[in-house]
Amino acid sequence: MEAQEARLAWGLVLPALLTILLIALFPLVWTFWESLHLHDLRMPWLGRPFIGLTNYVDAVRDPRFIGALGHTLFFAVASVSLELVIGLWLALALNRAFKGRGLVRAAVLVPWAIPTVVSALLWRFMFEGQTGIVNAGLVSAGIIHEPIVWFIQAATAWVPVILADVWKTTPFVALLLLAGLQNIDTSLYEAARIDGASAWRQFRYVTLPLLKPAILVALIFRTLDAFRVFDLVYALTGGGPGTSTEPIALYTFNALLQNLQFGYGSALSVIVFVVTFALAMVYVRFLGADLTGARR
Amino acid sequence: MASVRLEGVKKTYPNGHVAAQGLDLQINDGEFMVLVGPSGCGKSTALRMIAGLETPTGGRILIGDRDVTVLPPQERDIAMVFQTYALYPHMTVRQNLGFGLRMRGAGREEIEQRVEQAGRALSLETVLDRKPAQLSGGQRQRVALGRAIVREPKVFLFDEPLSNLDAKLRVETRAELARLHRRLRATVVYVTHDQEEAMTLGSRVAVMRDGFLQQVAPPMELYLRPANQFVAGFVGSPAMNFLPEKEVPSALNPRRATLGIRPHDIQIVAPGTGDENAYVELVESRGSEQLVYLCLRGNNQGPAIRVVAPPETRVAPEQTVGLGFDRERLHWFEPEGGRRVE
Amino acid sequence: MNERKWWPVLALTLLVVASAFPFYWAILASFTPEARLFQGPSLVPGHLVLDHYRALFTQRNFWVPIRNSLIVAGSTTAFCVGVGSLCAYALARLQFRGKLALLGFILAVGMFPQISVVSPLYMLLRSLRLINTYPGLILPYFTFAMPLTVWLLVGFFRQLPAELEEAAMVDGASRLRAFAEVIVPLALPGLATTAILTFVYSWNEFLFALSFTLGPERQTVPVAIALFRGMYQVPWGQILAAAVVATAPVTLLVLAFQRRIVQGLTAGAVKG
Repeated sequence: MEAQEARLAWGLVLPALLTILLIALFPLVWTFWESLHLHDLRMPWLGRPFIGLTNYVDAVRDPRFIGALGHTLFFAVASVSLELVIGLWLALALNRAFKGRGLVRAAVLVPWAIPTVVSALLWRFMFEGQTGIVNAGLVSAGIIHEPIVWFIQAATAWVPVILADVWKTTPFVALLLLAGLQNIDTSLYEAARIDGASAWRQFRYVTLPLLKPAILVALIFRTLDAFRVFDLVYALTGGGPGTSTEPIALYTFNALLQNLQFGYGSALSVIVFVVTFALAMVYVRFLGADLTGARR
Repeated sequence: MASVRLEGVKKTYPNGHVAAQGLDLQINDGEFMVLVGPSGCGKSTALRMIAGLETPTGGRILIGDRDVTVLPPQERDIAMVFQTYALYPHMTVRQNLGFGLRMRGAGREEIEQRVEQAGRALSLETVLDRKPAQLSGGQRQRVALGRAIVREPKVFLFDEPLSNLDAKLRVETRAELARLHRRLRATVVYVTHDQEEAMTLGSRVAVMRDGFLQQVAPPMELYLRPANQFVAGFVGSPAMNFLPEKEVPSALNPRRATLGIRPHDIQIVAPGTGDENAYVELVESRGSEQLVYLCLRGNNQGPAIRVVAPPETRVAPEQTVGLGFDRERLHWFEPEGGRRVE
Repeated sequence: MNERKWWPVLALTLLVVASAFPFYWAILASFTPEARLFQGPSLVPGHLVLDHYRALFTQRNFWVPIRNSLIVAGSTTAFCVGVGSLCAYALARLQFRGKLALLGFILAVGMFPQISVVSPLYMLLRSLRLINTYPGLILPYFTFAMPLTVWLLVGFFRQLPAELEEAAMVDGASRLRAFAEVIVPLALPGLATTAILTFVYSWNEFLFALSFTLGPERQTVPVAIALFRGMYQVPWGQILAAAVVATAPVTLLVLAFQRRIVQGLTAGAVKG
């Protein structure tokens, strides 16, 4: 009877599994294979010879790639830390508030729900030109005297990029953390209060430790997404000025579909994959075990 | 209706836990068999194996003359009442009752007729078109019962059906179950952890512990002649008193064994005039009787004894009294293993 | 704790304002004549026109990308929720060897960076002549939509009491019949939430849509907007109008089902 159940189970699972194998695993294997060849569609007469790990060596020596790696790291650290801090603050506030839950939830969800390229364009518009609303606001508030041309320099170009990412995804982080907060038994706070703990100590010794799993989930989700960032930068700065805001996913895209360097681009893809997958393995290891439930 | 037989049924889970260790049990046609024991004893597992919700790792299960060991539940022609009732929340009472018949391909008229009948028998006519969420706890219980009855199965299985009811409702429903059993002459396998329920409902009771059957007998026999110390201590409330290392009064085979005597079979007498003396710790008055807590060897020393005394007996804490044992009601148990000694 | 009451309200007001402002600003701009867009902003609307919207649908034929997005997102959702629910049921309820590994595998695939599969998918689609077609976009979408639906639905199915299926089986239903008659009706809210989330993710997808379509005939909304080009300068008025139009349906969907969506998003992620 248990064999029967297993057979039924595999029958139910097979369509989904086959789809995934065909559409995801097979291409990935192909990418690995391709990355070991020289394959430049701009120079088809060179054929497609096997060159082993040469592409990877080139990548490590490629200043544009190293730059892209650095940009991605910077972006990930900056946006994820901001999102965690602001998200936590918001979650704490949402946990206390009783009125206007619906309005707040809506405010939180709508930025999440729109296409990333649209949000990129909204922010580009606000930072655009001498008279964009950001410049106008900063000038009239007296913070700066002359409007900044944000997209001309790398340092200032990062500002709208990070802000846009924080604007779009902090709400999601806040929601995750809020769910974690709501799982904390309120009687623990009451016991702490009776024991004489101040609000800060309650936060440090009750809230933070019990919120660790939720923080971990948010951290890993957001870090993975930050490493894969593409849409946002494509539509906001195009990787510019020059290539100074180009993350690795965008560089890989350019190498593949603009420069048609399929072999080299595939090697870059693999590197992106390995980095992301290593992070994902951390996630699956820490939290995946209790997803199916041990017994039933 | 049919009989149920378990032959050498074993169940070991993949993680190593042994829930059943070679169970041999015969349940006769029309019998009300209760499986009782502390939690973790394997009674629910045994029931689920009869139902087909778990597969034994060894042995056979027969319903009637059919070997059903590897058959899925839907092919066994059994009905089950779950502890949480498991009523289909999105269906009306009527649909809940008729579900099983519909699954077996009964015609619409037949379903309607049988559902109406069951509805009347269980006083559910007024709520037939409501959903389970709109019913009271007692009504839900009756729907769960009705769902089983309507199918006219070979065997009824009950998995602790009364534990979610409050005390008063539990007693009422217990009586109703007994009446139902008599009327339907059904074969019932009933699991509970409550020994009182087991004693009042069962025509025979199987006491289980750690996956083993300890004793299978009619309630009175369990009470009067428990097969071992565990059964003796499990059946009857308040529990039997045990005095270890007593000299067995037997000319043939003098030795030491554990003496068991029930609280109802001890009399409070003047100190020195009974079989033992004891120190009274506490007296609880229950109106119809008094529950007296004593210690054999003085304040807080020696084995604890409980005695059920009639209300007129004068006894107070910190007294020393004598205990008279009813000679006809002594139980002796081996010091190791706890089996009954004659 | 009355003295602490003010800071949550302040925080939340800031949140609502910060979330809403870019939208407000974009909507305002979309109704502002092109000439005035960069003259000097005012927070209060002045003269409002419909020029940009009209241009969207006449000159740029914005109906086409909307149609394309609806077809692609809709088909992806329908297929993935259908196939994924069967897979999720097996993973949630049935016992079989390799269950844990399978779920881990499906989740891991969901975390593949899209960029890593773009070029082989491109070659595959090209050899199947599916570039710039609907299937050529729907099929790649399964890479993220399938893991998403399976993960969400496993969570929802596990929330249903196991005894219901057991009761149905004892009543005479086979596993599949129990699934259809008992599980599915009860899991409808979960299925709906999964469908909504899958639809939103599919609608918003950009990289694959950018890579696997060639022209306006098959481009989806995000691609169409990102590639707006004007003759002399960036047509901000039209871009923002397109943004408003593009995001209105998804926004309404999300607002209508916000509670469900929040539940779905957080239920699987945080396990108390």
